[in-house]
Parts: sequence; structure tokens; C-alpha cells
Amino acid sequence: MQPLFEARGISKSYGSIIGCSDVNLTLYPGEVIGIVGESGSGKSTLLNCLSAQIIPDNGEVLFRSPSHGDVNILQLTEANQRYLARTEWAYVHQNPRDGLRMSVSAGGNIGERLMNIGNRHYGNIRDTAEDWMERVELNVGRIDHRPSTFSGGMQQRLQIARNLVTGPRLIFMDEPTGGLDVSVQARLLDLLRSLVQKLSLSVIIVTHDLAVVRMLADKMVVMQRGNVVETGLADQVLDDPQHPYTQLLVSSILRV
Amino acid sequence: MFKVSNLSKSFTLHHQEKTQINVLRGISFKVKKGECVALTGPSGAGKSTLMRMLYGNYLATNGSIKIDSLELVGAEPQQILDIRRHHIGYVSQFLQVLPRVSALRVVAEPLIAAGRTSNDAKARAAEILTQLRIPEALWTLSPLTFSGGEQQRVNIARGFSHHYPAMLLDEPTASLDPENRQTVLDLIYEAKTRDTAIIGIFHDQAARDAVCDSEIEINALQQQAVVS
Repeated sequence: MQPLFEARGISKSYGSIIGCSDVNLTLYPGEVIGIVGESGSGKSTLLNCLSAQIIPDNGEVLFRSPSHGDVNILQLTEANQRYLARTEWAYVHQNPRDGLRMSVSAGGNIGERLMNIGNRHYGNIRDTAEDWMERVELNVGRIDHRPSTFSGGMQQRLQIARNLVTGPRLIFMDEPTGGLDVSVQARLLDLLRSLVQKLSLSVIIVTHDLAVVRMLADKMVVMQRGNVVETGLADQVLDDPQHPYTQLLVSSILRV
Repeated sequence: MFKVSNLSKSFTLHHQEKTQINVLRGISFKVKKGECVALTGPSGAGKSTLMRMLYGNYLATNGSIKIDSLELVGAEPQQILDIRRHHIGYVSQFLQVLPRVSALRVVAEPLIAAGRTSNDAKARAAEILTQLRIPEALWTLSPLTFSGGEQQRVNIARGFSHHYPAMLLDEPTASLDPENRQTVLDLIYEAKTRDTAIIGIFHDQAARDAVCDSEIEINALQQQAVVS
């Protein structure tokens, strides 16, 4: 099997401050990789570099695109980057307000992505939007309501529907369960997990919550001060951590 | 099927005065197809540690673990995932499941991972849940609400749903009533007749005698530390 996505030697500094340093990462189709570390460890910088939202100082990001073949994402034109970002990959923000249009209806939020890639038949778009609302367990009766009237958990599920409607192969997620109640988190994680399995999605997920990694990820990357200190199979790193920092993280989990 | 050579494991606890615990030292053994071997040794000898290493859940410090021709030590994560999907099943001591996932799905998942269709996997899951006497009314519920014995049977159903060529069993008959215990022993026996290589931890001596062909006493395999 060929990797779907490969990052080599990604580095990004902000002046003298290291964002992330020489990060390598390989993702195969259908795999979920968790990037963990405390606040300021560089995980969001890394995610932004991998998804071409910021351009790293060094390194390359290779993506096996169904439409464009093997591409170095960082060398694509901005128009092509934007096209890929809306179709073959997707980005789920921690705060759904960053990923949704709050003044447009729920159905419009999902439909907009389809219109962006050339769908024009209103009836089909609405049917697809309804279908996706059901898939993310939202009440279809609320299709014409604005997301500002939704709860945080509902907004997050809507953001996921908006991102998945174009059938992406690769999803970037930044703390998708941050700021949600524990019960809402469990539901969202279960939903994500079943979508990942059904659609055979590849996911790069940034989180500080090791339970999210345990539940969703196949592999994990542990970051500290911009450096990757440990990588491996998720259950192996969680159950038999080697690096002092990973041991500290794992031993700090409170059990209820 | 299993070929373990000169396998060592030590844990370094960086935050507890950098204590180093040497659990396994230079262990070597083989298990053939169709053979069931019991790991024995006192509590703390490293039986479960060895099992976890054989599943790629713990890293080996030194040595080699071969499953057929596949080397587990130093393998890339996706190679280990592939070995787990197709080659080696693991029945852990306790069922670990996620909230909101039904018993039927818990049992069907390894089959889907191995490439069976969803319907096919569910049919097989239903068959083995019936065999292990889990009432059909419970299939759509999360096993987190089940009794200890029921959870253990769901765990066994999950482990035996797909026919792996190699299996690891950690106390498969613990907390089962005599009838279900016999069903589990039958499952192990059937797996052996399919040429499955099995390594197990059985504190239940009668169960061990019923299905195991030989025993491996961990302490007897440990290489003595060389004092220089």
C-alpha cells in the first residue's frame, strides 16, 4: 500500500521561537494519526503547516490526490490548494464558528461546499444536505435554521457534515471535541469513529486529550517544544511510553 | 508459527528515580501450527508482558518475535496493524470497549477489519454470540452495561469471530460458569483443529490440561544476568 500523505522535514519558526522542527509523518489510506502535546508544544503550528494554512520554512508535504496525482501541496498554486482543501481534504476547526457561516442556514452551510465544486441543481443539493444532516445525527427539521441557534455539539456536527459532503480522503482536525460537555464529546467521538470506518477516511487529529487518541487513533505523535519526541502505534505509545515526557503525560491521566 | 528468540524487556521509569525493571531476559521458544502452549510462572513473572509484546502492544528491548515470516520487533505501525487484522487475535483479560458501541458491532468489527462485508460480519457475530449464550435482546446494547461474565463472553466472541492463524489468550476461562467455560474450551479446541497456533495464560489448571499441548515456564527460560 502507498501512503496517502507524507510530510518530510517540516520546520517553522516564529523569529527565534521554534513552532515545529524537522517533523516527519506518514499516513496511509484509512489511518488516523493523533498529534498530542501540551499547549505551546507546536501541534497546531504543525497541523497548519501540514494543511498548507501556513507555509513552513522547510520541508515538503506530499499528497496522493485522486484528481491531481502525486503533488507537493506547498508548491501548488493557491487556487489549486483551495480547490483541494474544499474537495479532497477537509479541515475541522476546534471552534465551529471558524468553520461555519453563522449567518447562513444549516442546509446552506452544507450545500455551499457542493456549489463550490459546481453543483447547481437545488433539489439535489438539498437532498444531499438532508442526507448529511441525518448522517451526523442532526434533526433534518432544522435544515433552514441558522447554526447560531444550535448548541455547541450540534454546531460541531454540522461543521463535520459541511466538511465531509464533498467526499474528502483526508481530514485535518484541531481539537474537535475541545469545549464540549463530556457526554457530547463521547457522542461526537463515536460519530467520527463510525464515519472514519464507513468512509475509510484518513485523519490527522490534534488533541491534548489522550482519551481521544485511545478512541480514534491508529498511530500517534508526541510533541514537546516543537519537537517530535515519540511516535508509534497509538496503543503501544499509551501503554508502553518510552520518552520521559510521554511517560509524564500518560501517568498524569486521572482515572474515574 | 511463533518464533521468539533472545527476547528481553526492561521498563525504565523516568519519573520514579529512573528505576529500571528487567522483566524478561533472553527468552526463546517456538510454537507450531495447531499447537496450544500455556505460559506459566508466578504472578509478576512477566506472562502478560510477554503476551503484550507478542501483540505489538509493548516494545521489545531486544531480540526477535516472528509470526510466520513476519518480524514484529522494529516493524512499522502499519505493518503491526496489518498483522493484527489478518494474522493474530488477542483475547485480553478484560473487555475494553468504547461507549455507545453495541455488542454485535464489537464482535463484528474484527471481521470487517479483516475484509468481510458488514452483513456477513454481523451474521457471523450473531452466530458466535449465540454460541456463547448472549441473549439476542442484549446484542444492540453496549456491553459496558453487562455483567462481568457477559462482558468476558463478548470479549471471547470478539476474539474468536475471525479465524486468525495465531491467537493469544489471557485467562479466557476466568469468571465463566461451567457451561460457558466448556464452550470456550470447545472454541479453543476447534481453533487448534484449524491449525491455529495458540499461546495462553490459564490459571485454571483443568482448562490448561484440557487444551494445552505443552507449558512454558517463564522463569525457567530467563537467561541469568551476566555479572561482570
